[in-house]
Amino acid sequence: MKDVFKKPDSFYEFFTRSAAADKEATHYCPGCGHGNLHKLIAEAIDDLAIAHRTVFVSPVGCAVFGYYYFRVGNVQAAHGRAPAVATGIKRALPHSIVISYQGDGDLAAIGANEILQAANRGESITVIFVNNAIYGMTGGQMAPTTLLGMKTTTTPYGRKSINEGYPLRVCELLATLEAPVYIERCTLEDSKTIMRTRKAIRKALEYQVENKGFSLVEVLSPCPTGWKLEPIESRQWITDNMVKVFPPNVYKDKPAEPREELPSPVFERDAVLNALGVTDEVASGSGHAPGDFPTHEVVLSGFGGQGVLLLGQLLAKSGMREGKYVSWLPSYGPEMRGGTANCHVVISSKRIGSPYVAEPNLLVAMNQPSLEKFAARVRPGGVVIYDSSFVKTVALPAHIRGVPIPLSEIANELGNAKVANVVAAGAIIALTGMVGETVFVELLRNLPKKALLEVNLKALAAGRQAAERQIKQPIPAALV
Amino acid sequence: MEMTDHALLPVPPTRPWVDVTSRLCKGCDFCVEACPPRVLGFSTDINERGYRYSFYLGDGCTGCGICFYNCPEPGAIVVWRQPADKKEKKVLS
Repeated sequence: MKDVFKKPDSFYEFFTRSAAADKEATHYCPGCGHGNLHKLIAEAIDDLAIAHRTVFVSPVGCAVFGYYYFRVGNVQAAHGRAPAVATGIKRALPHSIVISYQGDGDLAAIGANEILQAANRGESITVIFVNNAIYGMTGGQMAPTTLLGMKTTTTPYGRKSINEGYPLRVCELLATLEAPVYIERCTLEDSKTIMRTRKAIRKALEYQVENKGFSLVEVLSPCPTGWKLEPIESRQWITDNMVKVFPPNVYKDKPAEPREELPSPVFERDAVLNALGVTDEVASGSGHAPGDFPTHEVVLSGFGGQGVLLLGQLLAKSGMREGKYVSWLPSYGPEMRGGTANCHVVISSKRIGSPYVAEPNLLVAMNQPSLEKFAARVRPGGVVIYDSSFVKTVALPAHIRGVPIPLSEIANELGNAKVANVVAAGAIIALTGMVGETVFVELLRNLPKKALLEVNLKALAAGRQAAERQIKQPIPAALV
Repeated sequence: MEMTDHALLPVPPTRPWVDVTSRLCKGCDFCVEACPPRVLGFSTDINERGYRYSFYLGDGCTGCGICFYNCPEPGAIVVWRQPADKKEKKVLS
């Protein structure tokens, strides 16, 4: 039993992070339930002695400024994403105590999927869900939890089920899931229910300390301003209206054995470099790519399945291993199966501003639609390598050099149509030298399908030879 | 009702005591309504933030802490349940 009830130590003494002149009082309206809840949470953090390892994830909503108040680790998440952010923090720092704090507009509307998936994964986090049946911060619009008949700025005649559906019961919904261990709905109507909430918050945090799994405490909380009521009336309004729709109850409490621990993340330098396949020299480089060479901006395009995305990755990775700046930007688009896929690759000795290639100096078109789509964008003096086995009609703009290579036919002759992209790689390397062949071969050796290695190496050589023959051929004057 | 003078607070308090920092009070009236022995008053004037504020009438606090939990403002209410000096005396005797 405490001797003194006073401001918990897990609050800052002065809220110096606030931009307001007032650094002593919270920014909440008179009678707002956030203050009570903050107090209960801070007190529980104090009593469990977990402040040093607690991370508080603030939502979007009135509690967005949680980091003004809580003397713990703080992260402010994008609207609805608090449980996803909390998941990341908890997984990266398994020993941390992560509190995800969200309102009903945040959690039950835009973030409905995040909370559902986090609960379903049984993330060992504590979610505090503040339900005041309204969007408070933005001025009292209808929330998913708004009661039927309740007047808000967006339901001025009252919420009607035929138009806006029914109030969403989050606790009941989540309690149907297998993974959550503790789900309770509390309220802040009066002294008794506040103490009940106090208990629930402590329990939810204790479960996390014991690594039992996912817990959520929903709190019916007054919003006197949004409800246009006096503070005292707003508490009565919870009793008279909210608890009938959102009955306070323990919806789930099955603390299983402590959760099986996920493998601890490793942050040691060597282990990370090893996992990334990066050599020590590259990692400790000065940040400048070796030497000065022209920037290559490439668009690779072809049928889905021809391997243009992988080709782009391999080129970018090769450049990365050589210590160059690289980017790889895949574009799948809302395409049908068998449609065209493309990716943008930039390899440079300078930092890359944008991975988007508006005007490539090299286009690799592995089908007719690709050539038609991108040829006009190629920079004057640029090169277009196209698969002459598929591309039959060629109308290239002036000042662009076309290099026809029967990529797919070569691949078929080698016995595997899938290696057409590697044939293209051979041609690209021979024509541009944007990456070295040695490092590219090294990457081919590391691909998962070892059975394809031999034919891949043959394809690379065939592509190079085909390109070399092209280089020796005189370029038609019209295309120079 | 008279405004409670801050100086009335005996430091350290010799009996259960509630101290409302009037400048932090936003006048929601929760503590006044919730106080079981009804020993909190509500001002007629306003504080520097522009709110009417609650204050201890000066006698009858049991130190239950209910006003503390009802108050939404983290630092506005402090309640001494068991005065520190009493405990010290026990240890000394």
